[in-house]
Amino acid sequence: MSIDYQQYLSKTAMELKPSGIRKFFDLAASMEDVISLGVGEPDFTTPWNIRDQAIGALQDGYTSYTANAGLLELRQEISKYVKRRFDVEYNAENQVIVTVGASQSLDLAFRAILNPGDEVLIIEPAFVSYASLVSLAGGVPIRIATNSENGFKVTPEQIEAAITDRTKAVLICSPNNPTGTCLNKDELTELADVIKKHDLLVISDEIYAELTYDQAFTSMAAIPGMYERTILINGFSKGFAMTGWRLGFLAAPSELIGLMVKIYQYTTMCAPHMLQRGALEALRNSSEQVEYMRQHYWRRRNFTVQSLNRSGLDCHTPGGAFYVFPSIKRTGLSSEEFAQELLQKERVAVVPGNAFGASGEGYVRCSYATSIEQLQEAMNRIEQFMDSLQK
Amino acid sequence: MKLSNEELNLLAILEENHNVSTESMAMQLAISEDDVKNLIKKLEDEKVIVSYPTLIDWNKIEGKETVVAMIDVKVTPQRSVGFNEVAEQIYRYPEVTSLYLMSGTYDLSATVEGKTMREISLFVSNKLATIENVLSTTTHFMLKKYKHDGVIIEGKDDEDRRMVVSP
Repeated sequence: MSIDYQQYLSKTAMELKPSGIRKFFDLAASMEDVISLGVGEPDFTTPWNIRDQAIGALQDGYTSYTANAGLLELRQEISKYVKRRFDVEYNAENQVIVTVGASQSLDLAFRAILNPGDEVLIIEPAFVSYASLVSLAGGVPIRIATNSENGFKVTPEQIEAAITDRTKAVLICSPNNPTGTCLNKDELTELADVIKKHDLLVISDEIYAELTYDQAFTSMAAIPGMYERTILINGFSKGFAMTGWRLGFLAAPSELIGLMVKIYQYTTMCAPHMLQRGALEALRNSSEQVEYMRQHYWRRRNFTVQSLNRSGLDCHTPGGAFYVFPSIKRTGLSSEEFAQELLQKERVAVVPGNAFGASGEGYVRCSYATSIEQLQEAMNRIEQFMDSLQK
Repeated sequence: MKLSNEELNLLAILEENHNVSTESMAMQLAISEDDVKNLIKKLEDEKVIVSYPTLIDWNKIEGKETVVAMIDVKVTPQRSVGFNEVAEQIYRYPEVTSLYLMSGTYDLSATVEGKTMREISLFVSNKLATIENVLSTTTHFMLKKYKHDGVIIEGKDDEDRRMVVSP
């Protein structure tokens, strides 16, 4: 008997937009000698002292569950770290959760605050998961488009215009994936004024907070009057080069955290114990390694921005993360055509900008989380590609 | 000496690979090529940059295999010049590739390179041990080089295990 599986499937899940990256990944993975600027994670391996601690934790038998919200010791360390780096105070007992990565933090946040039909403002170009996570939690993603003329920064007016009586929260990601754009204190304050005026929450994705290059990072939670309204998302993946560990954290007012812990205990139980032990070392003794990596990214960013501009791809200098988002409009190609042709002709993988929302059309995302030698070679190939287009 | 962020990054680039073009360095540091040249000149003049050696694995080349030994040397320090004079007598030999004054159970640590173990043995017995004020030597032959000057010779960490494209 043949079964019609369609009848069993969730409509919400089926209606999710397929990731624009998937198709491209399959193509790039099937080719050889590809230099990939399509990778959204550090090229550095996790610093040895952190790995060593996790290995030690396994040897010492830390294989049990931990508290749902994570080891209290780690939450205390997170609390100290957030105070030290971003000048925001959270109580480790009831305001911090250790999660299985920032994506899960986002999922928890949306599940905890959204009722069916509630709207979340998402500023595009944006990380591919945001809108889908909102939909999965029963909410409605409302997209706000930004453009390169404005450095991909959203204006308070744009937010104001998108607010309805169903709006619950605004999601802000600074430094941004895919544009690398950073919002400074003044810009955050202007956005905060609108958010306070309309009594909204902010979900602040600060996963790239350790990677800023021109100005000190400001957390949304540090803006006056915003602490009470901010769900702060951060983690170990980017700054500490720990993507595969799947460890993040979330900090917010205790009234919100309580509900998130309730959801977390049913869906996940807790983050892996031995890895939480490794994360302790990351927060206690790794600031030098983090700085070492940041300096590398800084040099690569400078190099990449200048190279792209020279080869004719207009590119603003992003203040953070490890992405640049050059315009490919002058080639007359769409983002997908550009990425596909560049991959096929010159074997350089970049991600088409439209994977990050309609306003990303006309751009591609280049990650500079790769060695300077590889970057140099990639830039030579891009230059050749641009020359070939002009003929 | 306090260095600027540009200077520190310049040193970091050169320490990894001194063969980088001035153009690339200028782009990485977001300064002009002339500025790069001036910075390098300044750092060379101040002996912050001492030399630009290349790490070569001679053992990969037929006929060029080398044997390396680390030799603990005990010496009698001399009035007014301490260890410096006997150190100079030792480091002048081209076979000696490095020499350090150490704290602990011996005084000088010498690295000696030769084509064969016999060649090194002869150097130690005929030349090093016979220097006046050298009291004793202990020779340790190096069996395998895992890491040299911060570079892991055959490491696994360098492999890129990431997926080609990820969000």
